[in-house]
Amino acid sequence: MATFNFELVSPERVLFSGDVDAVVLPATEGDMTVLAGHAPTMTALKTGFLVITSNPGNGRRILVRGGFADINQNGLTVLAERALPAEELTQETLDHEILQAEMAYDATNDPAAKHAAESAVAQLREAKAALNF
Amino acid sequence: MPSLKDLRNRIASVKATQKITKAMQMVAAAKLRRAQTAAEAARPYAERMSSVLGNLASGIVVGPETPRLLAGTGSDRVHLLIVCTAERGLCGAFNSSIARLARDHANRLMAEGKTVKIICVGKKGYDILRRQFAQQIIELIDLRSVRQLGFEQGDMIAQKVLARFEAGEFDVATLFYSRFRSVIAQIPTAQQIIPAQIEASGTSSDAVYDYEPEEGEILATLLPRNLTVQIFRALLENAASEQGARMSAMDSATRNAGEMIKKQTMTYNRSRQAMITKELIEIISGAEAL
Repeated sequence: MATFNFELVSPERVLFSGDVDAVVLPATEGDMTVLAGHAPTMTALKTGFLVITSNPGNGRRILVRGGFADINQNGLTVLAERALPAEELTQETLDHEILQAEMAYDATNDPAAKHAAESAVAQLREAKAALNF
Repeated sequence: MPSLKDLRNRIASVKATQKITKAMQMVAAAKLRRAQTAAEAARPYAERMSSVLGNLASGIVVGPETPRLLAGTGSDRVHLLIVCTAERGLCGAFNSSIARLARDHANRLMAEGKTVKIICVGKKGYDILRRQFAQQIIELIDLRSVRQLGFEQGDMIAQKVLARFEAGEFDVATLFYSRFRSVIAQIPTAQQIIPAQIEASGTSSDAVYDYEPEEGEILATLLPRNLTVQIFRALLENAASEQGARMSAMDSATRNAGEMIKKQTMTYNRSRQAMITKELIEIISGAEAL
């Protein structure tokens, strides 16, 4: 299977860099899977799991909270505002994230921002359920 | 001629000072390593961000629809200087060189008849600039309670700057910080952040991009993010530079203290010898007189 270059960077560090088969992105307009040879696309990300597949049946999940994905002929670059690998996630960090998202929801009056915060809370709750906390 | 006791006290006090400067140097070295890793880890994000932004902006024709963060307000009458310095002193010329760069910039702008406003991040820069620009300083952002610099601090400062920009308080913003080149070289830097400076990317401008959501919408969210990233990066570079500057300043202070101890000990030994000789002469001449 054709591979492509994928980089995941958060403000604090580079989380992933290398060749992968497929990446599932939590894009704002719905989840999308990026394979090699994808058309150049720029998309915003919402809160959710980003799934990296580097060899079949072997996925790596990373929780991202907002950011951007840039797909061009050189590969895929994801600029995540916050990124937490699933294996580093604990109940406390997740609860903390949920609390922050809820605070963001309460702090704003702008309908668009309120909607974004609301869906972030929902996504984080879902993640929590998926990880059996 | 100071007495022997005075000299002894002096040597003891210099030795105590040397111990302090040595400890500070070691602490700075340990902190430097952490700050340097953090600064280096943050570089890829800032670089990718500006290349993504460059890709995006190269396809956009500046018009009335363009976000003002990119196109500017159309005038350059009011300038905002964001001066990032350290919260603590004793780090050589670190704070004063950033402040000097900002001061020269401000003086030049004021000579051109522009209005200057200053936001100080870090207390030391505020202390230096306050003397000359008491009226121009509009805010002091204190990061002293922050132990580990995080993205949140960059975000907090960026939000403050953005709120002022949207309120129309200034037209051009320039960020002052010290770029970390190496332990002995920190370069005071001025970087214009509003309107955003886009480096043109020559690589992929011919490719047709799909945008999800709209191009303008992405740009509108990307630009404030870019501001945060630039400020965050400046804070990290500054933190590393500060520790580097402190380390070399404390290193030379320790060396100077060593030299002083050597000199004082020499004087002490000389005058002790002189005293013994004097006493001997007194005894001998007393014995001869008998």
